[in-house]
Amino acid sequence: MINRKIAPEIKDAVDFEVTLKPYEKFTLDNGIPVYVIESDEQETLQLEMVFPAGSWYESENLIASASNFLMKNGTGKHSALEINESIDYYGAYLNRSCHHEFGTYTLHCLTKSFSALLPTLQEVILDPAFSEEELALFQQNMKQRLAVNLQKCDFVANRHIDKYLFGEFHPYGRVSSMEAYDALQTESLRAFYQQHYTYNNCRIFVAGKLPDQLIPQLNQFFGTTKWNGEATIIKPEISIMPAEEKKFRIFNDENGVQGAVRIARHFPNRYHPDYPKMMVLNTIFGGYFGSRLMSNIREDKGYTYGISSQVYNFRQASAINIHTEAGRDVCEATIEEVYKEMRILQNEVVDQEEMALVRNFMIGSILGDLDGAFQIIQRWKNLILNDLDENYFYNNIRTIKTISAEELHVLAKQYFKPEDWYELVVI
Amino acid sequence: MIHYNKFTLANGLRVIVHEDHTTPMAVLNVMYDVGSRDEDADKTGFAHLFEHLMFGGSVNIPEYDEPLQMAGGENNAYTTSDLTNYYIQLPAENIETAFWLESDRMLSLAFSEKSLDVQRKVVCEEFKEHYINKPYGDIWHKMRDLAYTVHPYKWMTIGKELAHIEDAKLEDVKNFFFKYYRPTNAILVVAGKVTTSQVKALAEKWFGDIPAGERIQRNIPQEPVQKEAHKLEVKANVPLDALYKCYHMPGRMDKDYYAIDLISDILGGGASSRLHQVLVKEKKLFSNIDCYHFGTLDAGLFTIEGKLVKGVKMKDAEKAIQEELDKVQQEIIPERELQKVKNRVESMLAFEDMGLLNRANNLAFYELMGDAALMNAEFSNYEAVTAEEMHKQAAILFDEKNSNTLYYYAG
Repeated sequence: MINRKIAPEIKDAVDFEVTLKPYEKFTLDNGIPVYVIESDEQETLQLEMVFPAGSWYESENLIASASNFLMKNGTGKHSALEINESIDYYGAYLNRSCHHEFGTYTLHCLTKSFSALLPTLQEVILDPAFSEEELALFQQNMKQRLAVNLQKCDFVANRHIDKYLFGEFHPYGRVSSMEAYDALQTESLRAFYQQHYTYNNCRIFVAGKLPDQLIPQLNQFFGTTKWNGEATIIKPEISIMPAEEKKFRIFNDENGVQGAVRIARHFPNRYHPDYPKMMVLNTIFGGYFGSRLMSNIREDKGYTYGISSQVYNFRQASAINIHTEAGRDVCEATIEEVYKEMRILQNEVVDQEEMALVRNFMIGSILGDLDGAFQIIQRWKNLILNDLDENYFYNNIRTIKTISAEELHVLAKQYFKPEDWYELVVI
Repeated sequence: MIHYNKFTLANGLRVIVHEDHTTPMAVLNVMYDVGSRDEDADKTGFAHLFEHLMFGGSVNIPEYDEPLQMAGGENNAYTTSDLTNYYIQLPAENIETAFWLESDRMLSLAFSEKSLDVQRKVVCEEFKEHYINKPYGDIWHKMRDLAYTVHPYKWMTIGKELAHIEDAKLEDVKNFFFKYYRPTNAILVVAGKVTTSQVKALAEKWFGDIPAGERIQRNIPQEPVQKEAHKLEVKANVPLDALYKCYHMPGRMDKDYYAIDLISDILGGGASSRLHQVLVKEKKLFSNIDCYHFGTLDAGLFTIEGKLVKGVKMKDAEKAIQEELDKVQQEIIPERELQKVKNRVESMLAFEDMGLLNRANNLAFYELMGDAALMNAEFSNYEAVTAEEMHKQAAILFDEKNSNTLYYYAG
């Protein structure tokens, strides 16, 4: 008979070698860099084109995200339907995204279809039409979606907490509105596009099973001309303007049965030495299923379906944000417990067992995240776009493996003072 | 092509091994053949509540999550109307920890009052977060109730009402466990950097001595053919009118399933699909429209749902949908469009198979349907569908008498 009370032997995280597979770098004839992670295991491919075209650079609210979205909706030669048809026909996905820093187009396809898709991708990136009709439809549908979202307490809470932290005129705190959608004009979308989606601002990331002649093909479609001209993009200085008050309670729906709770504070960005250390402390506090916040507020009290604490990865300034949706009558009790957990981390050193557990969990989770070419290129993309290299990655791994409980204690004392935190409940 | 080996333990536990030596990770997946369709009408939400209790400690191991995290692992679980699935991903060196944890909670749970008490509350908050405190959150409660008269798909997996969850007793929990959570009703899949002989030895060691239990005999009342259209009007505190239309369709294992699945892609798959192109972009009647189904094992619901553009009349919106449904019934789908949806399936299956976890989940699911080998035959089933079959199925599916319509008005 086996003794089921005794756990099997495990190999500890510190003993796992975590390696970030190096990329290959190519340069197209016009200078566009192409970063590549090859893997032959599947018949699939991912290609991302990244431009410094995030909301940081916009002079009017929503211009960056609207131009990013509408590039795909019709070109000089083809209607939106024709563009969508040619992507869908090959079972491919062409997704766009736009955040504070970058505007991105991502193609996922079967490797065998890649060549057939390149002409469409080229049209979308080089020759978008920005028609009045597509803009009008976008405005109408986005306003409808916003109207629905504004009824959700979590959506409203997310908008407000970022506004308190960074200020409503800062790209991190600015939010969409009906008026901002109404004010969009095709001329300004086109101007923003022409200024930011240029050959000399483009970077390409490719992963998966590569087609024959990847680089010659990319050269043919993106590498021979100085498309959209050479544009020098100067990043404007924008200061954060935090709210002076720290505690807010908002009623969005009188009949709401839950409240969205947000508790947040400023934190230095990823270049600060405290950043990798905080990733460990934050994991203990609210960063995984076994965290202090989950163990207490969900698994002991049952106040919520889930609570977590997150460190923002924004470039200029970061923040730590604790978020949950809790029963209406236990929102205040939830906030009390969050502060209680902060005080415990301030007053008591984390014991060795919990330290070992969190180290192992974090390393295991990074190992899982690095499984596959698509995941590896994401890591590289984050490093490259933030002007970092593999040393940053390995330094983070080292921090997870070696940081002491005492160092975390110092960190907790500095950053978990209740008076530094913004607090919001939206019912 | 997914390679695997399969064997069965003496207690009936089916074991599938999928070796993949390109990853440093391993996945252990246990699927139980029980879902919310197995519940009583006055104790709904129980299969899902029970899934939560599976994390409250087992007979020999007081804490489930801690030892797993110590081994560098992560886990989660989900419950559907047909099944309950638990999965662990961890570094392959530590795979035995996963065997130890999963086998002990298959052997027996701790059945603690405290855990039941807390998880009742947690699930009530989950219920509120997703189905009460969200605009349009109650739609599927109403639609299922409208569309089904006898089949337990009449209620959602989360449960019909909060009270059913609040009233759950420890006695119910025990009965449920010993009825359904037995080796004979479970499928174990181990995938990743493992070998079949290693898995065989570990499966025997950890799962081999668990009592087999009895194979469950289902006696679920199947939904009779619907004889007349069902309609319901609702007024709610939402900003936009919404329209939902559901049609009864065959279950996942029916031979006609593939043709119908492709019809849903013709209507609602991707930005070039018919409903999006005609109703959102050309006629501007809807701000969004979707077409999908849930792939349930018993007969399911083929769904079209959309939010109306402000100012559009419900009857005009419904008429425009009907015109598109008439078109698939009257006209054969052009060859290129049929090829498009088949290409989309091929690509979707390829992307699905990329993740180790997905492969393990899917092997278990196909085995639950009868044979893991079905997984590798899936694309050829789609390839074989003809435009004529889709034409025939569309006529049966979109019969007005087979329809359930929910008019959800902004009030």
